Amino acid sequence: MKQAIDNAIDIFLTSSGLTHAHLDQVFSALLTRETTLADLYFQSSRYESWSLEEGIVKSGSFSIDRGVGVRSVCGEKTGFAYSGEISLAALLDSAKAARAISQAPVGTLPKGFQVRSTERPLYGTQDPLLSLSENEKIELLKQIDIHARAMSPYVKQVMANMVAVHETILIIDEQGRMTADIRPLVRTNVSVIVEREGQSESASAGGGGRFDLDFFVNNNRALHYAEEAVRKALINLDAKAAPAGSMTVVLGSGWPGVLLHEAIGHGLEGDFNRKGTSAFSGKIGQQVASKGITVVDDGSLELRRGSLTVDDEGTPTQCTTLIEDGMLVGYIQDRQNALLMGQKPTGNGRRQSYAHLPMPRMTNTYMRSGQYAPEEIIASVEKGVYAVNFSGGQVDITSGKFVFSTSEAYMIENGKVTYPIKNATLIGNGPDVLTRVSMVGNDMNLDDGVGVCGKDGQSVPVGVGQPTLRVDGLTVGGTAS
Amino acid sequence: MIELDNKDALTAQLQDLATQILAVAKQRGATAAEVNIDKGTGLSTEVRMGAVEKLEYHRDQGAGITIYFGNRKGYSSCGDLSVQALTDAVDAACRIAKYTAEDEFNGLADASLMAKSWPDLDLYHPWDLNAETAIRRAQETEAIARESDARISNSDGSSVESYAGLSLYANSHGFSGAVHSTHHSASCVLVGQDGESMQRDYWYSVARAPSELESPAVIGQKAAERTVRRLNARTLSTCEVPVLFPATLARGLIGSLVSAVSGGSQYRKATFLPDSIGQKLFPDFVQLREDPFIPRALGSRGFDGEGVATQARDILVDGRLQGYFLSTYSAKKLGMVTTGNAGGNHNLILQSTGHSYEDLLQQLGTGLLLNELFGGGVNGMTGDYSRGAVGFWVENGVIQYPVEEITIAGNLKDMYHNIQAIGNDVDIRGNIRSGSILINRMTIAGSNS
Repeated sequence: MKQAIDNAIDIFLTSSGLTHAHLDQVFSALLTRETTLADLYFQSSRYESWSLEEGIVKSGSFSIDRGVGVRSVCGEKTGFAYSGEISLAALLDSAKAARAISQAPVGTLPKGFQVRSTERPLYGTQDPLLSLSENEKIELLKQIDIHARAMSPYVKQVMANMVAVHETILIIDEQGRMTADIRPLVRTNVSVIVEREGQSESASAGGGGRFDLDFFVNNNRALHYAEEAVRKALINLDAKAAPAGSMTVVLGSGWPGVLLHEAIGHGLEGDFNRKGTSAFSGKIGQQVASKGITVVDDGSLELRRGSLTVDDEGTPTQCTTLIEDGMLVGYIQDRQNALLMGQKPTGNGRRQSYAHLPMPRMTNTYMRSGQYAPEEIIASVEKGVYAVNFSGGQVDITSGKFVFSTSEAYMIENGKVTYPIKNATLIGNGPDVLTRVSMVGNDMNLDDGVGVCGKDGQSVPVGVGQPTLRVDGLTVGGTAS
Repeated sequence: MIELDNKDALTAQLQDLATQILAVAKQRGATAAEVNIDKGTGLSTEVRMGAVEKLEYHRDQGAGITIYFGNRKGYSSCGDLSVQALTDAVDAACRIAKYTAEDEFNGLADASLMAKSWPDLDLYHPWDLNAETAIRRAQETEAIARESDARISNSDGSSVESYAGLSLYANSHGFSGAVHSTHHSASCVLVGQDGESMQRDYWYSVARAPSELESPAVIGQKAAERTVRRLNARTLSTCEVPVLFPATLARGLIGSLVSAVSGGSQYRKATFLPDSIGQKLFPDFVQLREDPFIPRALGSRGFDGEGVATQARDILVDGRLQGYFLSTYSAKKLGMVTTGNAGGNHNLILQSTGHSYEDLLQQLGTGLLLNELFGGGVNGMTGDYSRGAVGFWVENGVIQYPVEEITIAGNLKDMYHNIQAIGNDVDIRGNIRSGSILINRMTIAGSNS
């Protein structure tokens, strides 16, 4: 982490002429006797994307942004201001604005500023924008197009895009701790439209993580996304109306873990539980899932899209157990909510950018494997739905009701997968859906690295995962009786 | 006061900056260029259970530059508005344009289409607000809400926000236009409890002028009523019944139409309504008009994102589609002319069939009155529609009980044709203005067997 911190201090402090004495000035403008925590969050990011459509790379985009967010927290109160300019004057302005949350007199200054030693980094510090030449990036997108079109004469449109982001952050908190992180993030997405006899369908596939763009070249991964998108779109051409009503649903492994994200994860975020507005409030120690079910949120997996070496408050990420053997055991915490609830931060304090406040957010949320083979689970169902891919979901934290929408699903009849069904929304109740899980597969899998989670208007990259699951009684929102 | 400091001087300064940047682009050999510069300032406060929870000061700025070398283009953006940073952004856009492909449809809008003048749309009304007055107003709203019903057990926050912004667009045709606007909002989110049942709901008001915001009493009362009426919800058995989309949700149905008939969906054929100009998509009584010139409205604009003059026009006449929502690029792809919709639709007004909300409930008879929809579940390619829902079960025009954990499903094409009536209870909190919409039949799935 030596490299990250030196780099961050150089680009945010040294090059802006900011000294420790200046930081003292900023903190004395920011801290009051009521301050429970405070921080300066410096961020610099470079973003590049290329998009292909109709066989050509029509557009490309590059953006650069930097700034600093200044926060003062006094118990439940938060004062916040930010600036796109990094200078002593801008920091002092922001500090004064953020401090206005409290009328208390000046607080105790940090006793010097020291680099916080952190764990081993979970990803490299290199700039992924430079990991392929522009010609190589464009060639890869063209190969995706050619490959997708070669798969089927029904392919009418192929849209592909490749995004690379390189971010450097520096956090200086009220104790004078300085933490830095350098974060690469890449993603490739392929969408296709297929048409057969006047009927059209679309589908998409993609992947990514915290590494270089050559990931997509290696093992023909980008071409595999093209194949996946075409395969899913063709299947949807044959889809029949989905059923309507409560039935047994078998969820595939990997991305269907969006179930856990919506049904469980959000409801266990510290802020909702501190305020008592979550359907899970006060349920620690209670049985909320069938025996044998364990769900964790793990920000410390190497190279994953949802992973962070340290969160946006400088806390190292960890593997936090949320549900153990069916019992609710833990929450997802940032510093403020952990303090207010008398718990420890779990490395889940995340923010979209320097212009946004941190909140408790998920990282990679998944369920551990059980004992059944996936085939065994499908064979056990007399009549039900086998949902393999989803397009996303949403939850009402307070009532606990959640939805997620299929993008690839089939009917199961007499233990066999019979025919594909149209996209349908599944709806359930978070606090009891996992008590209806009757079989857990032995095939835990994480998603391919495309997840985006939205909360309070802020988006952050996340991961999900799970083994194949049998859920007895989820409501399927189709149109067929 | 939340306002742009020295508004006129700032505008002149940014206009000057835009001119300089366009000159740099020309120096670099660009055949055309366009630039957007935005600057804004705001305050937002949130109180919860009477105490201050958040006080946020916003100060945003950014610029975006598109460079054309003949038919090739590149885009770059940055948050720093110094000449040096913007020059670097021009260079970055030039670098991108070196690698993008020739596309004969690329380019600025035709010079003859640039807006020459536009009416003052009265969008700028700074609010004489500071942290203290904002907090007091939010507290008052929440207090009214919490006192109004004993079942309001908790609050998820009451907020007051004000924002003032300047948005400037200029291009190498010599067009330059600046829009000053303000955006104020107030909201209250509550939690109600009755035994085991816990529900959350909210109300909000949004306006260009602070005087047009709903009062704390109205917001607090509505938020409280909406929250307690959801308590003790049941689920339903799977059935096919009429569904009433209240005005708050009706705009979503029109929003799906806009995406389906926007230029991008049309030229890609990524829509369930391909080649639909002149087609009858709705019943005879459905009239939809676009009017970019309503003073103080949220979707009012004198020129679009390419400097093209906007126009008031009919979108649906007697249920028949009159035109798409086109930018220069998508128009060229379709062999048509831009409609001044680069950046999206302006104010859309769906004409009421003259029915009040109460009339619509009577007409619904026995069926579902929606209150909230959630999850994606709208397939723009096929029109298939399947979403999570919360609402009320209605019998003979009378609300019986709240319902939850259900889905509603159908296909948008059928849903549009099956519209029975449009209410006069218009919700103006957005750029689509619609009253409640009654649809005669959809499939409801519930967990009751």
